[in-house]
Amino acid sequence: MNTERSGADILVESLVRQGVEFVFGYPGGAVLPIYDALFGDARIRHILVRHEAGAAHAAEGYARSTGKPGVVLVTSGPGATNAVTGIADAFMDSIPLVIITGQVATGLIGSDAFQEADTIGITRHCTKHNYLVRDPGELAATIDEAFQIATQGRPGPVLIDIPKDVQVATAMLSDAAPQRRLRYQPQIEAGADEIARAVALIAKAKAPVLYTGGGVINSGPGASSLLRRLQALIGAPVTSTLMGLGAFPADHPEWLGMLGMHGTFEANMAMNRADLIVCIGARFDDRVTGRLDAFAPHSTKIHIDIDRASINKTVPVDLPIVGDCARVLGQLIDAWGERPAPDLTEWKARIQGWRARDSLAYPKTGAEIMPQLAIERLFALTRDRDPIISTEVGQHQMWAAQHFQFFAPNKWLTSGGLGTMGYGLPAAIGAQLGNPESLVIDIAGEASIQMNIQELGTASQYRLPVKVFIVNNEYMGMVRQWQELTYESRYSNSYSDSLPDFVKLAEAYGWKGIRIEREDQLDAAIEAMIAHDGPVIVDCLVAKQANCYPMIPSGAAHTEMILYGDAVAGTMDDEAKALV
Amino acid sequence: MKIQQQEGERHVLTITVDNEAGILAKIAGLFTARGYNIDSLTVADITENHQVSRITIVTHGPPAVIDQIRAQLDRLVPVHKVIDLTELGPHVERELALVKVSGKGEHRVEALRLADVFRARPVDTTTESFIFELTGAPDKIDSFIALMRELGLVEVGRTGIVGMTRGASGA
Ligand SMILES: Cc1ncc(C[n+]2csc(CCOP(=O)(O)OP(=O)(O)O)c2C)c(N)n1
Ligand SMILES: [Mg+2]
Repeated sequence: MNTERSGADILVESLVRQGVEFVFGYPGGAVLPIYDALFGDARIRHILVRHEAGAAHAAEGYARSTGKPGVVLVTSGPGATNAVTGIADAFMDSIPLVIITGQVATGLIGSDAFQEADTIGITRHCTKHNYLVRDPGELAATIDEAFQIATQGRPGPVLIDIPKDVQVATAMLSDAAPQRRLRYQPQIEAGADEIARAVALIAKAKAPVLYTGGGVINSGPGASSLLRRLQALIGAPVTSTLMGLGAFPADHPEWLGMLGMHGTFEANMAMNRADLIVCIGARFDDRVTGRLDAFAPHSTKIHIDIDRASINKTVPVDLPIVGDCARVLGQLIDAWGERPAPDLTEWKARIQGWRARDSLAYPKTGAEIMPQLAIERLFALTRDRDPIISTEVGQHQMWAAQHFQFFAPNKWLTSGGLGTMGYGLPAAIGAQLGNPESLVIDIAGEASIQMNIQELGTASQYRLPVKVFIVNNEYMGMVRQWQELTYESRYSNSYSDSLPDFVKLAEAYGWKGIRIEREDQLDAAIEAMIAHDGPVIVDCLVAKQANCYPMIPSGAAHTEMILYGDAVAGTMDDEAKALV
Repeated sequence: MKIQQQEGERHVLTITVDNEAGILAKIAGLFTARGYNIDSLTVADITENHQVSRITIVTHGPPAVIDQIRAQLDRLVPVHKVIDLTELGPHVERELALVKVSGKGEHRVEALRLADVFRARPVDTTTESFIFELTGAPDKIDSFIALMRELGLVEVGRTGIVGMTRGASGA
């Protein structure tokens, strides 16, 4: 049956048909018709954030923790520009989002109308695709394709800009699903010859490493279990990027820990000495490779990725395999068949030697709480609750990646590629909505948390029991650490001055606030945080000048890690200073 | 510390795309955003219903960068296919130029004589000037312009090249 409906109605109807549960948004002039269409519609729950950046990050947290696309609705001009950081974040970390932005009426476009911004132009290079819809008759098909593009292939944000007159004008809406264009068809499956070559390389390797990334998470929970099965067949040790944590269980004897700039000694040494690296859904990011010409120099490299453009981008590989991680892992398992696991005794013994360095063991300085200890206790006391952890950006994020352990995918939400301070709180809110029964904790820094602190109100409004655990070192610790290592401890503008009283701030928003000042308060306070049936801020005062190690300084090789206890020069040459 | 520049070989790419609003900005912007070079770019729609356009881009870079350019273009949703003519082998490249020359007496006669050699056609003539229309491979046009420079070159317009593989089959 066909009915004549307004563009706004068609939009809402199309979202319902896509199975959308939540829309994260903020109203304004250019989306009023859509807000009116949402009014009283019980099928979609609109979550009113306090800032559009919060909407985008909340949608990211929802998407990352549920595997479903997150939906954002914001007005034109400042609404759209405020959302850009979250859109760029989702683009870098391959998070499926559909962002609806209002636009001035078609006749006003280009006239510098009130709240007009060139949203399509601004988001062109931080979306997987974007659309300006000029006719309500095209809305249903556009939305359908937008969800397809956002979720299939390498996921990412897709933006639909809808002028106000297109929201008001009417068109026919059919009950039937729109006719889909065939133009977007990512390659899912690998060729049989590629699989055979990969199996042969794995079978003859003496020192293999599985290097996994966010692609394994994006490929769905099935990919994580297939990864575990493949590992059991071939026996290779596993490391992961920041984005891939949880795909392989952290208590597995073959788990090496995270690799890269703040990775473990054993993970980085194993990468450096490996004769075969099987990269699964990771992209050889500069935070992972360190100095490129010294990266895994003795290895043959296989790269499995759904995005052809990620292959051979920075590191040339020997065997590129374009395909979906889960599908290719399944193909590898089938092709491996009944082969015995290769004998890796010698390789494992070398790895054991590197493990013995115990590179995450940190020295205790003075009476203050060590930030690493705070994370360890948080992990130990919440472990049986199977929590979802989000983070902000900085040292606390790296300590969380190192000292919190993950056993399943979709439990770890962090801003990897863009490194966006202010991500964690809204992401936790989105995750809590998608997982109402879960314990959701944002591990935060005192500086980052202030970047989207306004979202405390969102959690209050929707009675979301999210927890914010602030690792408060009174510094932008990661900036301070780099200044200590590179600029002879000239701490230019990295001190967190004039901090609010986070306990009172919590209370002002109707949250519970807890302060931890001494180590002997740590466990009881964390227990109290978990026990409280509502949102809590924990302000945990930690050692102010602790550093996060191991660390591969910029421009250095994997073998040039700084470890706890090493003396540091406090300066770097210009080449190293110029690297990000 | 000094900034390093990268050299590389010239490649001609043809890109078939959905003819939708913003597609040219998207492609040109991809080159700027990722630091790739554009030496020339042409675009026009090539189907009866105006839904598909063909873009020809001449770029240069080291082999790994050229490979990245192709992969990055290929993953844009409106892009149907990307062909590297240089890599495919024998192909035809053509460009059209309009060249305005002014002068009197000997120079004028010589310009006309050279135009004949190059099969350039005068498409506008006054007593003091010509506009020549010339098509050919880019280096032929370069040579013609170089010669005209000595004879009173006023203005040059070039389309940038279009290209196609040789032989019976399409790319
Ligand atoms: C939006 C944004 N601005 C600036 C930065 C650069 N930056 C990275 S870490 C950091 C300091 C973070 O401080 P805090 O949140 O206290 O975390 P800590 O490192 O102390 O754990 C800064 C400023 C960033 N990542 N994101
Ligand atoms: Mg801090």
